Amino acid sequence: MYKILRYSFYDLIRSKWCYIYFSFYLILSSVLLFLNNSLAKSIITLMNIIVILTPLIGSIFGAMYYYSSKEFAELLLAQPIKRNTVFLGQYIGLSLSLSASLVVGLAIPFIAYGMLISSEITNFISVIIIGVVLTFIFTAISYYIALSNEDKIKGIGLAILFWLLMAVIYDGFFLICLLALKEYPLENFSLFSVLLNPIDLSRILIILKLDIAALLGYTGAVFQGFFGKKIGMLIIASVLAFWIIIPIIMINIKSKKRDF
Amino acid sequence: MLSISNLNKSFGKLKVLQGININIFEGDICAILGPNGSGKTTLIKTILGLVIPDFGSIKLNDKEIINTWSYRSDISYLPQITNFPSNLTVVEIIDLIKTIRPNTKMDKELIDLFNIKKSMNKKLVDLSGGTKQKVNIILTFMSDSPIIILDEPTAGLDPISLIKLKTLIIKEKEKGKTIIVTSHIMSFIEEISNDIFFLLDGSIFFNGTITDLKERTNENSLESAIANLLKQSHV
Repeated sequence: MYKILRYSFYDLIRSKWCYIYFSFYLILSSVLLFLNNSLAKSIITLMNIIVILTPLIGSIFGAMYYYSSKEFAELLLAQPIKRNTVFLGQYIGLSLSLSASLVVGLAIPFIAYGMLISSEITNFISVIIIGVVLTFIFTAISYYIALSNEDKIKGIGLAILFWLLMAVIYDGFFLICLLALKEYPLENFSLFSVLLNPIDLSRILIILKLDIAALLGYTGAVFQGFFGKKIGMLIIASVLAFWIIIPIIMINIKSKKRDF
Repeated sequence: MLSISNLNKSFGKLKVLQGININIFEGDICAILGPNGSGKTTLIKTILGLVIPDFGSIKLNDKEIINTWSYRSDISYLPQITNFPSNLTVVEIIDLIKTIRPNTKMDKELIDLFNIKKSMNKKLVDLSGGTKQKVNIILTFMSDSPIIILDEPTAGLDPISLIKLKTLIIKEKEKGKTIIVTSHIMSFIEEISNDIFFLLDGSIFFNGTITDLKERTNENSLESAIANLLKQSHV
């Protein structure tokens, strides 16, 4: 699997999309630092952008990469290797190259601004880790969606729809539920609903880490009150890990059954 | 060597392969022919494990191969369309396949034969269709496998490369290798192969040598014999 991963990574890291994605983060973080003129504030703004944007990019690239490398995957599948080696190798290669653009693009301006000698370094690292984790989650889900749909337009459409559901619609639906059921105790319901959305989970994790739970209002307060900071973060981290593992298992199962 | 029995595959309602029975022996060069959509590529992909059949069996040297993978080190495959990863170079793609497959010693010889030394460090996206097909042929022939499967190997090749490909196939035949080939170019088939499997709507409509086919249809050329066979099938 390592061989496939390495070559997929080489292929992608040289593509123009990777450079565009990298330049975008480079410009974004430079502009944020320039406008906020403070590391702490820039990190909070950065978090708000990253929890929405990395899932979108992961969703689009996961599906697109699967379709564009389909014929090459067929050539690899005819070699003496297992099917899941090919797909996992490609998936990890893609996620790693997207993560590399993200990490390097964000780190350069922040390091230049003097982050390494400031107290904000751990907060910055947690924002970056969340960005990488979200990239792995949404790339896996969209890769799985592409693997399950022969039609390219349908596959990319569904992947973006899933992102829209998690990033936008879910919150609205969640709010409506809270309003409609406001007569009842909602702590457990809201805790459970948050676990089902990796974007919300990541946001809460960073907010807990940055000690600004009040910003999140109800859910953040419930989370902090219910679990306390450390256990809350641990639970979120393990649920996020499940969000990566489950789509990977699904990719494995699907790749065994499919015809190419 | 390779024996396929009662192989069936359908995609939804469409039955692509219906009760295929084929025996291919060591050293055979056999052509799988048939009109578009007759199931040639599906049959090849089933042998390679890319398509999983509904039922039936495929045995290689008396071992069932469906849902296994290690047998593929005995088969070299030239696919019909290959879109290589655009940002890798020719050297890198050859290296990748070399690390996956055993016994890949022929690469240098083939690079010289097809004269692509100049393109070795070019990105695959910058290659012409014909050069891509040459790379594809090198990837297929560089490993020393007892079975070679070629799906439309002539696509995009210039006449000189076509002659080189034919010589290459004949050389491999002399080494005692088994070759399975599909093509729509009948003169090419006539030159290299001895056995023919003619597929029609997912079943084998004719199986025999080229001479058998010509005798049966009273035709002199393979092309008209095949056309005649198609006419018969519509009666």
